[in-house]
Amino acid sequence: MGDVTKTGLPPETSTQKPERRFTTLSDVPVERVYTPADLPGFDYDRDLGDPGQYPFTRGIHATMYRGKLWTMRQFSGFGTPEDTNRRLHYLLEQGQTGLSIAFDLPTLMGYDSDHPLAEGEVGKCGVAVSSLADMETLLAGLPLEEVSTSMTINSPAAVIWAMYIVAAEKSGADRRKLSGTTQNDILKEYIAQKEYIFPPRPSMRLVVDTIVYGSRELPRWNPISISGYHIREAGSTAVQELAFTLRDGIEYVEWVIRAGLKVDDFAPRLSFFFNAHNDLFEEVAKFRAARKVWARVMRERFGATNPRSWLCRFHTQTAGCSLTAQQPYNNVVRTTIQALAAVLGGTQSLHTNSLDEAWALPTESAATLALRTQQVIAHESGVVNTVDPLGGSYFVEKLTLETERACYEYFDRIDALGGMVAAIEKNFPQREIHEAAYHYQRQLERKEKIIVGVNDFVMEEKRPIDILVIDEAAARHQTPKLAELKKKRDARRVQSTLEALASAASTSANLMPYILECVRAYATLGEMCDVLRRVFGTYDEPAFQ
Amino acid sequence: MSNPVEESRIPSPEPRVPSATNRRIRVLVAKPGLDGHDRGAKIVARALRDAGMEVIYTGLRQTPEQIAAAAVQEDVDVVGISILSGAHNTILPRICQLLRQQGMEDTLVVVGGIIPDEDIPGLKQAGVAEVFQPGASTQEIVEFIRQHVKRKGYSASP
Repeated sequence: MGDVTKTGLPPETSTQKPERRFTTLSDVPVERVYTPADLPGFDYDRDLGDPGQYPFTRGIHATMYRGKLWTMRQFSGFGTPEDTNRRLHYLLEQGQTGLSIAFDLPTLMGYDSDHPLAEGEVGKCGVAVSSLADMETLLAGLPLEEVSTSMTINSPAAVIWAMYIVAAEKSGADRRKLSGTTQNDILKEYIAQKEYIFPPRPSMRLVVDTIVYGSRELPRWNPISISGYHIREAGSTAVQELAFTLRDGIEYVEWVIRAGLKVDDFAPRLSFFFNAHNDLFEEVAKFRAARKVWARVMRERFGATNPRSWLCRFHTQTAGCSLTAQQPYNNVVRTTIQALAAVLGGTQSLHTNSLDEAWALPTESAATLALRTQQVIAHESGVVNTVDPLGGSYFVEKLTLETERACYEYFDRIDALGGMVAAIEKNFPQREIHEAAYHYQRQLERKEKIIVGVNDFVMEEKRPIDILVIDEAAARHQTPKLAELKKKRDARRVQSTLEALASAASTSANLMPYILECVRAYATLGEMCDVLRRVFGTYDEPAFQ
Repeated sequence: MSNPVEESRIPSPEPRVPSATNRRIRVLVAKPGLDGHDRGAKIVARALRDAGMEVIYTGLRQTPEQIAAAAVQEDVDVVGISILSGAHNTILPRICQLLRQQGMEDTLVVVGGIIPDEDIPGLKQAGVAEVFQPGASTQEIVEFIRQHVKRKGYSASP
């Protein structure tokens, strides 16, 4: 390459205004055409490699979707544990093999359903789980050794995971056969989603404890899903999503190594979770760069020798923030483009959003259409027939290289700040995301970026779709159930296990065995989190300048 | 939770000369609910600041009582509430009522978030001056505040 230049191209003629800038959704400039001159020194083996070969730019498997389609893993959860248990059984009957559980906001924040701050929120955006009794109800009758279960839970992840383990064992399952994922990514909570309870350092200790415990006791469990999804939803660029997520990954690896594990003992079980937004090629480049950067980080920065440690395995969800309340059927089209980006980018599993989610949790018919979107891509579009079909595109390869380079630049800046925890304490990633979100908002208001139906192609409309309404029935059901549990359980055992947890929290002991004992005694989520709040303190975001 | 009001004051980049009759519009941007979706609240806070207003952001997870107390303490002209949790029909009337009880009936209350059309008349009856739904521009919000703010002695233009 290099013998072709772009200097001989004819001048651009266009009916567009001359000042129009062509940029990606993240405002990266895009040229008229890409040629071999954009890829000087490009080396197939170094920059791409065959699928399944280091650095995995083209995919983590040699055969990709010819061997096995991605897992269609739709996130669900609402109301009481009984409600969601019925839904999980229904999904399994429909042939779904992976479950994905959403918890309500009180659970995510470590409050029981009867806490004053839970008022109006119980069961609204996920299922309410306050104790082992709720978890046993949620999982009743499910084949827990066969099915993999993903749980979107972060600050109180250790507690909810302990409830899952105990409930599974009480139902006769072997913990070594349990497979699934706890999201358990606290760093992106400080960066983006803001559902934190404790300060960053004790929170990191809880994450490390779960990774260490999992590596010994639950070899088939992914103890963390390092997530860019929420970073993007908070308004980041594609590069920021990638860089902050992978740098979070580096932070976890460093902390776990400091706790005494060897990198190859736990790295194969690290998993990732990305967003898929509207700009098709920018997203594909991001996914390809993710695999390449992570492989190099694991091999070169951490000296991992097990090839499984090099793999960036990821789940993808289409971009909730791209959905519009206006003209909601347009969202089906957006979700299709985004899902296509995820598939062309080589995702391992995918959640497609429903057209009504700018308004509320999806109705059943909207959720079905979202699943059908994936099935059409998988079975009708033909894009699964060959691995990495965009590989070799001058544009996509150039974007992949630029994304990779920009990612390493962020690594350098964060390393210079003393790592990701230190960067978070200095508000660095938060401020970068806010700047990007504000820049994009300004572009929308100047119509430099168009959202169909919002700042252009607008029309008067009555809301054309039905919206799911979740009432207060879950709260009415949960509160007396919790009161009854507190009467029935052995109060002294609850007290002594909570005291043991408090003592252990003040040492450097792994907290998982203590949390498991509290769970077995039917201590509640709120009680355990209150103990940890007393020992660790709580966190407020530092002032934002 | 500590008091984030004190620590989250967002300064205006171009401070104007204060005078007895011409002070900047003071806005409390508040975020009730258990969720952490602060992208909208922070963008609006920034846009109001860029429009020359003085903005105080409460931080996350504020109760109606905390929001009303902050409005009194900061002596604001406007309370802007960002709410996405679906609990607007209980939280917003409560904030309006608490403001009235504390002698802040002249405070302009505006709201942004996922609020269905059918809920808007009830919210306006409860004391909300305007509801900005998804897709509203920050310029609309700035202009609405400038036109409707009731406190005397503010600077009406940047």
